[in-house]
Amino acid sequence: MANEGVLRIEKLRKQFGDNVVIDGLDLTVQPGEVVVVIGPSGCGKSTLLRCINGLEEIQGGRILLDDDEVDGRSKNIAQIRQRLGMVFQSYDLFPHKTIIENVTLSPIVVQKRPKDEAIAEGEALLERVGLLDKRDDYPRQLSGGQKQRVTIARALAMKPEIMLLDEITAALDPEMVHEVLDVILDLAREGKTMIIVTHEMSFARAVADRVIFLEGGRIVEEGIPEQFFTNPKTERARAFLHTFEFAAVRSHVAQED
Amino acid sequence: MDFAAMADYLPLFTQAMWLTLRIGWVGILGSLVIGLVVAMITHYKVPVLYQISLFYIELYRNTPLLIQLFFMYFALPRVLGFGINAEACGMLGLALLGGAYMAESFRSGLEAVEPIQTESALSLGMTNSQVMRYIVLPQAVSLSVQSFVANIIFLLKETSVFSAISLMDLMFVAKDLIGLYYNTTECLVLLVIFYLIIILPVSIIGTVVERKLRYGAFGS
Amino acid sequence: MELLGLDVLFKGSNAMRLLQGLGVAVEISVISVVISLVLGMLFGVFMTWKNPVARVISRIYLEIVRIMPQLVLLFIVFFGATRALNINISAELSSIIVFSFWGVGEMGDLVRGSLESIPVHQYESAAALGMTKGQIYYHVVIPQAVRRLIPMSINLVTRMIKTTSLILMIGVVEVMKVGQQIIEANRMASPNAVFGIYGTILLLYFLVCWPISMLARHLEKKWSN
Repeated sequence: MANEGVLRIEKLRKQFGDNVVIDGLDLTVQPGEVVVVIGPSGCGKSTLLRCINGLEEIQGGRILLDDDEVDGRSKNIAQIRQRLGMVFQSYDLFPHKTIIENVTLSPIVVQKRPKDEAIAEGEALLERVGLLDKRDDYPRQLSGGQKQRVTIARALAMKPEIMLLDEITAALDPEMVHEVLDVILDLAREGKTMIIVTHEMSFARAVADRVIFLEGGRIVEEGIPEQFFTNPKTERARAFLHTFEFAAVRSHVAQED
Repeated sequence: MDFAAMADYLPLFTQAMWLTLRIGWVGILGSLVIGLVVAMITHYKVPVLYQISLFYIELYRNTPLLIQLFFMYFALPRVLGFGINAEACGMLGLALLGGAYMAESFRSGLEAVEPIQTESALSLGMTNSQVMRYIVLPQAVSLSVQSFVANIIFLLKETSVFSAISLMDLMFVAKDLIGLYYNTTECLVLLVIFYLIIILPVSIIGTVVERKLRYGAFGS
Repeated sequence: MELLGLDVLFKGSNAMRLLQGLGVAVEISVISVVISLVLGMLFGVFMTWKNPVARVISRIYLEIVRIMPQLVLLFIVFFGATRALNINISAELSSIIVFSFWGVGEMGDLVRGSLESIPVHQYESAAALGMTKGQIYYHVVIPQAVRRLIPMSINLVTRMIKTTSLILMIGVVEVMKVGQQIIEANRMASPNAVFGIYGTILLLYFLVCWPISMLARHLEKKWSN
């Protein structure tokens, strides 16, 4: 995709009171790259995404999208946010709008695109996430997985250069996780730039160009997925990956009749 | 019961009801406008106006309408050097009282909208005022409908004190007729019937709207 | 002082009379509040009964309380009872009857609301722990219901105090009436008394109701999380 911005994070520091959540973090994301951020809870991964979208005030460093600084207090933050699509953990559709209205509201009121054009594009996006038949339903009529797919379509409707996905399957029932992640895998295949925070390790492995392991607000390790998941360099990453496995409590020997 | 007398009184009561409805209608509309403005001021914590709004809300919620009306109608003109007529005073008094209550309803509605709604609207590139207009306010209003209805019924009931500033409302007519002809039962029955005519429809419509919003279109 | 008409407050026993008038209003509200709280609790429990007769009765009672202005109820008792039952009820007693009638309904509805606000799974998990019905109410339901109930019933108290201002309209000599008498008596000597007196009464009501409202809000905040 052409004309996409480079995201550069330099010496980012974020603290809540005395509690330092992100501690001098540097990260550059190139167009077309899919970066997956993993780490234990409280390591600052969600906060990182919220900072990138200007939803949190930062205490140090800066975040640049090309030459524009992302700053929640600046006047042009709304313009910058249009270039960054964000999807949250809780499927946060607007409950008072129908599905198609959810998808087209921002293109119409923010980007002032013609209504019929926005609707046509919205329908194409709903088709793409497999929910065109829900066009005129209200969010409460949809399942969690369906809501989350609409949320993705809603973010895409703004034609963002970079998608920020914050644990988008964490609140879903297990059987709905797949339908949502399939949409994301599809976007990755198309070369969409994405920063993804997730707890789904197999998904991370499948989708990532680069894996970043965050702990205590710093990047402890980063690398390509094949290497990170099979042979992590640091002890902490190894310990973290280990928490996803269970040691067998009982042993069973298959018996022959 | 003396039905002939009741028929004779009917025009007087009807006239009084129109007065109550006129004041009630303007007062309620005014209270919604005042409530919305004050709620916005307190929501955004606009300096100076914020403190004034908090004082206004507390003052009006913690004093009786009757005294507020006395103060506004009899006392203020002495110091200001000018006054307004009783009907305008009733309208303004009701609007100010209601404004304090409506402001609280709007405020709790605004607080009840999930912060994630604001954040996701912001992340779609909306400005703060667009977020308020398209996302937060519509949800806040529907979350507050129940308390709006309660406030409207409360305000309509409060109109019963208007006779204190010599407005010829239902209470005034009833008391007057009781004093003149001593047809107490007839007058009280008419009084009850006319208040039912005024308030019952609001109560019923309110219940229907609440139910619709809760189970209907989007109520999640 | 002259301009604002506050001087009359310090003439003779005016301030004292005003406070005595307030005392009458406070007395009537305290009696009504006590009756409302006690009977309201019983009525609230009564309303949770599934019995259809109980439901119809409480429904009608609640609708009357919800729809009829208190002043109309006052008129009915004060003027109506005299006529229909041929008994003479004093204005003070009428006020207490009406405010209690109204308060019991409102309080009952609050009690019902807070009892029903306790989610079913609270009853179920208590039952699953082997508690008897009495134990469930005593240890699980009532402590939670009370925390919802107390702030709301404190608010009801301020509403009752404010409503006592209405008794002026049936001729009880309370703070407003005393105020009017003082204003009348000083019409010539201090024409601005009307501002000072009504301003003072407004302030008196505020000083009584505001701290109570604050307490209710404080408790609500403290117990909401």
